[in-house]
Amino acid sequence: MSVGNEIYSLTVNGEHHQVKDAWIGESLLYVLRERLGLPGAKGACEQGECGSCTVIIDGEAVCSCLVMAATAIDSEITTVESLAKKNGLTEVQDAFITEGGVQCGFCTPGLVVAIEHLLNKNPDPSELEIKEAISGNICRCTGYGRIFEAVTTAVATRKAARN
Amino acid sequence: MSQATQTSTRRDVLGTSALRPDGVAKVTGQFEFSSDLHAEHMLWGATLRSPHPYARIVNIDLSAAYKISGVEAIITAEDVPGKKTYGLISSDQPVFADQVVRYMGEPIAAVAADHPETCRRALAAIKVDYEILQPVTDAEVALLPNTMPMHPDGNLIRHQRIIAGDQNLQGEVIVEGVYEIGMQDQAFLGLEAALALPDPGGAGVEMWVATQWLHEDRKQIAACLGLPETKVRLTLGGVGGAFGAREDISLQVHCALLALRTSRPIKMQYGREESFFGHVHRHPAKIYIRHHATRTGVLQRIEAKMYFDGGAYASTSSAVLINGVTHIQGPYKCANATVDGYAVRTNNPPCGAMRGFGVVQACYAHESQMDKLAAACNLSPVEIRLINAMQTGDKLITGQVVESVAPVARCIRETDAIAMPAPLAKNADPLELVGGTGLTSLPENIVRGVGWGVSIKNLMYSESFDDFAVARCRLSDGVATLKYATVEVGQGFVVLAPQIARTILGVDEVVLDTVDTGIGSAGSTSASRQTWMSGGAVDGACRLVRQKLFEHVGAKFDIDPMRLVVEDTDIVDMIGDFRISVVEASTGVVIDETFEHHHRPTEELDADGQGNCHVAFAFVAHRAVVDVDVELGLVKVIQIATAQDVGRVLNPVAALGQIEGGIAQGLGLAIMEEIVLDNGKMRNPSFTDYLLPTALDAPKVVAVMIEEPEPQAPLGAKGIGEPPCISVTPAIAAAIRNATGKELPRVPIRPQDICL
Repeated sequence: MSVGNEIYSLTVNGEHHQVKDAWIGESLLYVLRERLGLPGAKGACEQGECGSCTVIIDGEAVCSCLVMAATAIDSEITTVESLAKKNGLTEVQDAFITEGGVQCGFCTPGLVVAIEHLLNKNPDPSELEIKEAISGNICRCTGYGRIFEAVTTAVATRKAARN
Repeated sequence: MSQATQTSTRRDVLGTSALRPDGVAKVTGQFEFSSDLHAEHMLWGATLRSPHPYARIVNIDLSAAYKISGVEAIITAEDVPGKKTYGLISSDQPVFADQVVRYMGEPIAAVAADHPETCRRALAAIKVDYEILQPVTDAEVALLPNTMPMHPDGNLIRHQRIIAGDQNLQGEVIVEGVYEIGMQDQAFLGLEAALALPDPGGAGVEMWVATQWLHEDRKQIAACLGLPETKVRLTLGGVGGAFGAREDISLQVHCALLALRTSRPIKMQYGREESFFGHVHRHPAKIYIRHHATRTGVLQRIEAKMYFDGGAYASTSSAVLINGVTHIQGPYKCANATVDGYAVRTNNPPCGAMRGFGVVQACYAHESQMDKLAAACNLSPVEIRLINAMQTGDKLITGQVVESVAPVARCIRETDAIAMPAPLAKNADPLELVGGTGLTSLPENIVRGVGWGVSIKNLMYSESFDDFAVARCRLSDGVATLKYATVEVGQGFVVLAPQIARTILGVDEVVLDTVDTGIGSAGSTSASRQTWMSGGAVDGACRLVRQKLFEHVGAKFDIDPMRLVVEDTDIVDMIGDFRISVVEASTGVVIDETFEHHHRPTEELDADGQGNCHVAFAFVAHRAVVDVDVELGLVKVIQIATAQDVGRVLNPVAALGQIEGGIAQGLGLAIMEEIVLDNGKMRNPSFTDYLLPTALDAPKVVAVMIEEPEPQAPLGAKGIGEPPCISVTPAIAAAIRNATGKELPRVPIRPQDICL
């Protein structure tokens, strides 16, 4: 692959990463996965339809397959890898496991990011708001029932932690 | 932040909602799917595919592609060193098209290059000259005597008839219909991916691949590579869903060939569009069917002609056909039948396994018919089904006696007892109306409908196929290690296997060894069979280990091993007061046992479709409630009530997940999902145009699990994966009919079918 010799850098999960010897047409999803060692975002449609590649860019949930990596140089990018800290999983991650929201798990990282994003903006969403918020994330295994349960549980756990 | 909850307060034995051991890795993005694999000095592989459904290949010119910097290898049919074809049942599908392409998307060449973009440019630079032929895209036309065969094996893949009882009986009531089922895609999220590492000197190859059946893959790959099976070692790469689409070979042989050719690791992964071309789909079917009954609604005879469009290559078409014809009576008693089924080759994309495997198509026809029969006999949908409900001991139209637990009437009654959803509120949020976020529906145009579907599904493989499973258990120092080749596709065997070991052995710590071809076959993760088959193998291996442990303890403490049992985490003497923990008893010893589980043998069908061809059956009832905008033709599924015959619940949360997930796929087939074909060309190979149920489309599911342990099943549990997606489709269709009064003989039901 003939590449330019420009180097650009991305800010991902608070760290600066240099991207070199890259083809300029690479998507953010490709660069995260193949160049920066962050495979948590998944590619499943390359059209922004399934949400498996969801990351947070400057506070917005975005399909990283639709973003050219080189256009994200001035942005703060957050991926699923940054959510769980040393002391444990987030309430959303925990609830996905306990409520059966995980089967094959391919959609899971994107859904977890989308739901964290929802709950950070709207800590007490209605059922419709939850459905609306995750309607851009396709899950083929669960039929969504256990995922709704996971969100409900996570909302309650977060609420209890606040009080 | 909360603490990770992989530890549980109670023991995660059978019957509890034990947590998936892969859960933490999956929610944190650390789980390694096969598309996440890398190797040093790895190249990327990609496939060139035919844009034509049917054409002769006149010439292939690779010269321009080879000039592109970064291209390391290009291979075509002539570079296949071993067998030129592969296939699950008959080996009729070329590794690369040789002289002729028979479907749009058929592989012609594969390239290896340094970057996916280089691959894309190389594929674009390969020049193929085609002589375009007129495709045959209708299964019935393909069987006409003047239609030219498109394959050396002919256009008929298999014909099977069933002749049962009185062939001339005419019922007092006769209803008939012609039903069609469109081509559905499995649409797993984790796209096809593999990593192949060549052995030095090309002596063999090691592969990580997302598949459903490692040993069958190995057999087919080795044959095409011209290598002994021992030189092809497969390890399961993380699988992002399967639903039947990974049972056939897709990129495995191409990937291995490129690795051997370049002597470098090769990674291949399909994009979504290529995935639509790269795996088999659910068979589209056309079913002509006539039901004869008494005036009181007792089913007497079924006549049916069934056409399954297998596409260009056979895949599992012949087995899908057998499932279709043998399930056409549904879960109902019926003594007389005249059935002809045909699996047919066309220039449409190849079709094979998808969840429900031939029974989905049959069920749509028989359930549509049962509603017609109910109307003709002035009975309700529930009454007609209860009158005819099959029981254990009934004889099928194949002559096989149903020995399985068969709580059909109970499934129907318990579904019927589930509360109906509240009517649509006058002041409902517009988002709750049909059309949802589109805000398109006026409340006065919305009509509610209710419909029913009930089904019977065979479990495991049929027709004398011995799909056994092997598992190995090693116990030492209180830790059980399980080894098997059972593929986890998301269904949860990864949580079930440790539950079995904890229950049988009284251990808490269970380690799962790598899933690879380093042990005997576990058979395919399909046909709702792994809980029964691999569950039976793990259960058997653990029991052998437990027996050895009893003997060890008995010898050491001078107790008859026959008196020992496992109680919680201890070994106790049933008669005396001896007690020792399993951890202590197994400290310093190594017990290692392997068990091979076989289901009882089955028979092939004879020329009249008679024979004990299936192992066992499971049953389920579905009731659908829908809102239909009759002006716009839009449908919202409000509630699915279901009672499913599960034998025994081994993990309640995992079981519910299977039920809800299957229902969503059946909903997709009812109103959303279809691969649109235009003269053999696929028009919607993307998630933009192939519509999948989203969170906003998911109905409320109210599920009852009927626990009547199955005596034949090693754990008492029936497979539960397929039944949820089978009769929910006709239930939704019936609900839409109930709301609109239209016949709706075809699924998926499109807006224009309702409002025009």
